[in-house]
Amino acid sequence: MSSRPVYETPSLQRHRSGTMNKMGGIPALRPVSHIEGVDVEELVEKYSSPLFVYSERSIVDRYVQLRDQLERRWPKVQLAWSYKTCYLDAICRIYHREGSWAEAVSDMEVEKALRNGVPMDHIIFNGPHKTDPSLLAALRGGAKVNLDNFDEMARVEKLSEGAGLEASVGLRLNLAAGSIPRWDRFGFNLDSGQAWDAVRRMLGAGKLRLAGLHCHLGTFILDTAVYGEATKKIVAFANRLKKELGIVLEYIDLGGGFASKARLKSSYLPPEEITPSASQYAEAIGDALSELDYSPDQLPMLFLETGRGLIDEAGTLIATVLANKRLADGRRAVVLDAGVNLLYTSTWYRHDVVPTAPTSGAPEPTILFGPLCMNIDVVGENLMLPPLEVGSRVLIRPVGAYNVTQSMQFIHLRPAVVLVGQNGQVGVIRRAETLEDLTIGEQVPEWIGR
Amino acid sequence: MKPFSARVAVTGLNATDNPGPGVAVARALREDPAFNGQIIGLAYDVMDPGIYHSGLFDACFLIPYPSAGREALFERLAYIQDLVGIDVLIPNLDSELPALLDQEHRLEAMGIRTFLPSREAYDRRTKARLDELREQHGVAVPRSETLSEVAPLYALAGKFNFPLAVKGVFYGAEICHSLDEAVAAFYKAAATWGLPIIVQEFVPGEEFNVCAVGDGEGGLVGAVAMKKLVLTDKGKGWAGVTIQDPRLTALAARVVAALKWRGPCEIEAKLHPKKGYQLLEVNPRFPAWCYLTAGAGQNQISAVAQMAAGEKIDPLPLARVGTTFIRISLDQIVELTQLEAISTRGEILPEALLETA
Amino acid sequence: MREQLQHLAISPSGFVFDPMTGATFTANRSAMVLLEGIRDGKSLEELTNTLEKGFEQRGADLRRDVLEFVRSLQDEGMLPREFELE
Repeated sequence: MSSRPVYETPSLQRHRSGTMNKMGGIPALRPVSHIEGVDVEELVEKYSSPLFVYSERSIVDRYVQLRDQLERRWPKVQLAWSYKTCYLDAICRIYHREGSWAEAVSDMEVEKALRNGVPMDHIIFNGPHKTDPSLLAALRGGAKVNLDNFDEMARVEKLSEGAGLEASVGLRLNLAAGSIPRWDRFGFNLDSGQAWDAVRRMLGAGKLRLAGLHCHLGTFILDTAVYGEATKKIVAFANRLKKELGIVLEYIDLGGGFASKARLKSSYLPPEEITPSASQYAEAIGDALSELDYSPDQLPMLFLETGRGLIDEAGTLIATVLANKRLADGRRAVVLDAGVNLLYTSTWYRHDVVPTAPTSGAPEPTILFGPLCMNIDVVGENLMLPPLEVGSRVLIRPVGAYNVTQSMQFIHLRPAVVLVGQNGQVGVIRRAETLEDLTIGEQVPEWIGR
Repeated sequence: MKPFSARVAVTGLNATDNPGPGVAVARALREDPAFNGQIIGLAYDVMDPGIYHSGLFDACFLIPYPSAGREALFERLAYIQDLVGIDVLIPNLDSELPALLDQEHRLEAMGIRTFLPSREAYDRRTKARLDELREQHGVAVPRSETLSEVAPLYALAGKFNFPLAVKGVFYGAEICHSLDEAVAAFYKAAATWGLPIIVQEFVPGEEFNVCAVGDGEGGLVGAVAMKKLVLTDKGKGWAGVTIQDPRLTALAARVVAALKWRGPCEIEAKLHPKKGYQLLEVNPRFPAWCYLTAGAGQNQISAVAQMAAGEKIDPLPLARVGTTFIRISLDQIVELTQLEAISTRGEILPEALLETA
Repeated sequence: MREQLQHLAISPSGFVFDPMTGATFTANRSAMVLLEGIRDGKSLEELTNTLEKGFEQRGADLRRDVLEFVRSLQDEGMLPREFELE
């Protein structure tokens, strides 16, 4: 009896030029049944589906690797965990345990960092919106506050003067480097001389001290030469500040923007061939920094606020197949229990979708829908996937960056997030939400009645 | 003449009206009297015409598209390697190189030898970085800008004169005569090949091409210069003739030396009426017209295959000037069984070949 | 109604050639069984039974698979829209 072939959904595929290569476009169809040694089915049984899973080992490995690569090229390096990339306490505390400071871009993020035991003077405070109370607390506590614009500079001067503080601040710079889109909405423009004016203006007022320069070039920068070029410009600016104004900087903060192994929709080649390694980024930065005209005992600290590049690959989303469909045009569609409510980044990235159990049947271009009753809920288009049975699981990855912090309680509540520890232990780092969580801040005015 | 016996795999069998170089590479190798090995065709599509060129390939296999990534390619190569045993691989398409560069050890461990540039050299010849060749090595290169969004194009239009060339990262160049055209070309190229897009100043003058091979130490193994005589509506050469201009050869030698180029490349240049030869592009593989090098007495393909195999080769003879090629379209008759084999099994593998594997 | 199917050349490898339209296809084994079954005028019941007997099952919905396969043949123009299995 066992000689009978295993049943596959019947499929008759018409040959079309350009799509007649069954070897093509099928990355990683080998099923992946475990995450860091933990059985996906067991995880789902215990914590339900969908489920975000983070790997502590991946987090630590990537962190250590980047730090070591940077330290090989610059003697004073400090990484600061970019809170917005994923600010679950457990995740932040792994980074802090490994020695990372915190990079916060809002009052809430500063509060969260303090709550995680980060001292104020180990917090880098960036962003265009910092309220007076949090600014004052940050300045008092010695946080590295990087100013975004002239109005903020005036506000900080007033605040510190009122409080009798001799505050130190950094300036956020923007500049043109390589061919990447220029993020000139943040900070003072270096190329136009605006940054120089900002320093002159600050020194003239005599109320603040310039401690550092900050520059976050952009996001998902695949060309490491851009970092070299930008760093060279910042170094030249720092050299000029020292030579003409006698300013010796305490830090140079090069922000983040390192790419992960996610696959941009606009990229033809796969990430393994275009995403630079930590050492390539470090080399570009280190080479440029060496042009700094400082004596060895004065060297400024190099801050980096890498987020996506450190954590993206550590995160996986487990999802379950709810239904299979044939669309009117003959395309195969699969409905999953996880959609754009959990995968904000699927707008820009084509995530890998990997079955967890062996499949049979020919892969076909498949569109993946989420569970929302909304036409926009498309997680992936034209993915070459074999027939997936209802109830089977898929892994969507890499999704460690931004998806948890940007996921929303829209139509469905947010699922649990678990962490697989370095010894294979599993811990919940945020439980699945209940209706209570969703309605906790709600009130019904009395005129509405019960 | 030492006999050269190896099993050589060749990609780029898309000999369409915008042809890949695979068929030319295989023909040139086949016609070297010293070659008595086998040629394995590696194709991407069942309809790649080269698969069906009678007597050219001893076997053909489908391989995954470059967008599927390195692991998918190596997995397929391992399968093919098990079956027929490739000694030398000559990749012929730009987009497949990133998966193969700096992988010599892995390939050699499988028994596959290549003769390819380093990743660094490959990166330095990208259109986005050609400027460096001018700045660091004094190679005449027209001005260009690399853009990853459309907005700066508007400013550029004031800086460069029209027409200008809008190019994708891998292939394609469109000559644009107005800003509108340039914007449309930007989106078209971005949709096909992704970002960035290279905008290059238009160089007036006649275009020339050089098929060259570098030894990887900065030396030039061979160079054959060609002037296109007939262009297709896609701007591809349909006929051409070998020429000899010491200035053009000097440009090729300079580029190969500056990049320490290893393996084949195609150098595209224009002869500016006043400024002399201007380098437009360095393509990191044989051009589709490379059969002309064999026809003109300088078989670069055979030379590359032998160097890949680790053979020492004699200096190549100079190419005969005036050798002309004219491409020809002809309809091949294909048995349904061949289509069946390649579309259901992904391979055409005569049993005779297995016996000699 | 099944004229076009009668002419199909179905090779043991799963390569299918439609001599009326020139189209070629790749069919998997269950599809080959169904193509032959439909051509021979089998009913829905008979077709699901054939699949049931011919293959190791893993709990698939055979009835739905057969109906969807018929739909795909209609999409490819191999069966008229009004065709329905008995």
